[in-house]
Amino acid sequence: MSERSATRTGEFFPRLQLSPDHDLCPGCGEPLVLRLILELIDELGLAERAIGVVGIGCYTALAPLIDLDLIQALHGRAPSVATGAKRMRPEALLFTLQGDGDMVNEGLQEVIHTAARGEAVTCILLNNGVFGETGGHMTATTVLGQRTKNSLEGRDAARHGHPIRLCEMIAPLGGAAYVARGSVHDAAGVSRTRRMLRRAFESQLRGEGFSLVEVLTMCPTGWVVPTARGPQYLDEVLGAVHEVGELKRDGKLVAT
Amino acid sequence: MRRLIEGSEAIADAAIGAGCRFFAGYPMTPFTELLECFAAKLPGVGGACINAESEIEAIGMAWGAAATGARAATGSTGQGLALMQESLSEITRAELPLVVFNLARGQGDYFQVTRGGGHGDYHLVVLAPLDVSEAVALTQEAFQLADRWRNPVIVLGDYLLAHTQEAVEPGPRDFAALPAKAWAADGTGGGRGHPRHVSSLGTTPGAKGIDPESFWKRIQAKHEQIRAEEPRCEAEHVEDAELLVVAFGSLARFARHAVRELRAEGLRVGYFRPISLWPFPSEALACAAAKVRRVAVLEQNAGQMIDDVRLALLGRAPVVGIGGISTDPSGFGIGSLLDPEGVRARIQGALP
Repeated sequence: MSERSATRTGEFFPRLQLSPDHDLCPGCGEPLVLRLILELIDELGLAERAIGVVGIGCYTALAPLIDLDLIQALHGRAPSVATGAKRMRPEALLFTLQGDGDMVNEGLQEVIHTAARGEAVTCILLNNGVFGETGGHMTATTVLGQRTKNSLEGRDAARHGHPIRLCEMIAPLGGAAYVARGSVHDAAGVSRTRRMLRRAFESQLRGEGFSLVEVLTMCPTGWVVPTARGPQYLDEVLGAVHEVGELKRDGKLVAT
Repeated sequence: MRRLIEGSEAIADAAIGAGCRFFAGYPMTPFTELLECFAAKLPGVGGACINAESEIEAIGMAWGAAATGARAATGSTGQGLALMQESLSEITRAELPLVVFNLARGQGDYFQVTRGGGHGDYHLVVLAPLDVSEAVALTQEAFQLADRWRNPVIVLGDYLLAHTQEAVEPGPRDFAALPAKAWAADGTGGGRGHPRHVSSLGTTPGAKGIDPESFWKRIQAKHEQIRAEEPRCEAEHVEDAELLVVAFGSLARFARHAVRELRAEGLRVGYFRPISLWPFPSEALACAAAKVRRVAVLEQNAGQMIDDVRLALLGRAPVVGIGGISTDPSGFGIGSLLDPEGVRARIQGALP
């Protein structure tokens, strides 16, 4: 039997990650997405022509680990910052890393305008339905019935309104070339998300326009569920509203 | 070659001459024509001008462009700059060079540009030209200062500056060479263990956590250095003056004219103009006012710069305000105060 325990898998980290050491909670889905992004950029040979723009959330603590040129943006502003960077460095792959609080709450108009303008950037939304960094508060994507620190009884439409499904909002826009929603709650989901990210990056490199990949990520801490139940909760509760799949490919809406 | 052009176009030409290749803005009087000029001219020099959907997005775009090492600018009126405050304070802590034009409605934005409405400890360098020719020179200097100090610089003008035609030479000026922007996140720095992270958070690539205290103290030290090295001012007839008139921007042009007239008539009146509103030329003002009997502050607002004048003088001379709120019915800042005879009368009325 191997000496390595499951808790030490962090030792196997991508070449473009400077260190395995980070502060995110056990069971969090965000480091998985970072791994996919860094592995893909390395695979595509883009380490020396990529710029990341990071928003404000738990994943901000991952930014110093990234061995790529990076711009730290304010909460919600990453799509505009990426736009300016892309216009000055059109040869670079531009991606943003933002949470649902960042992209769908604070900066919703930024991502909509960037998509409509058809900017050749890839916005990556890490959607766990809570403000993880503040300790699990309601966001614009929190699903009905979901308990958060400021909707303890569960999100109720009459009191808190309805969740926004971002991909469904962005996909019809003319400037959006590729729009997909993945998840990292199981191996198949990780693999599918990886394929979506690759398609988004390739679409950007072909100059097709804007791309959005939303990834449902676990936040067992913010959800107040046992860590091991996180993936199941994601699949059954978040996944029922924010449905996984490709919504737009090659600039055409995918028939469902 | 000198050309007769409007202030807005002269500023755009000066900026492009200084190497500005990115602009993003949202229309608003009296700033709109500057956006029009950049939109018309930047594509022709390989640059980009984005008609941003909001001022908040405009400054975000300029932030991204500047972070890659390009000379970038944005702008608006004070109303639009109000929306940009969060980014302005954060860009200052990210130590990014950026030029921001505030073509304001009058002079009510003095506090906004010198104090700022953003979070935390930060300062923006603020240059306030009094005519189109100086706006050209200061616009070019703004890009140089922004790069040298890695700090945003505001060029503050008004309706009069934006829409007055003057014969100017907007061509490039020679400045001292600056070091290459080794910090710029241009996309080529990945994969070798030393990426460029342009961040306002005090992080270090490869290291966990942040160190805000030492990071903010380093920026404070830089601002103290700017405060010592960059004050700019203009003074006339101060040697034996009994009354010293202090004014900035377009209104200073009226004040200077009136002081020259009154001097020609033998009245002992002097003129002092801060060109940099931050850092405020406090020492130079204290010297100029060392022997005067009274200081009169002429500004087109309820009394804002007068605070800095009082702080500079520390009670060494009585300070009175002789300006005030003054605007046209549309609120664009072309008020009755902008009148040579009226300014002259206000100065005469303040003589001790």
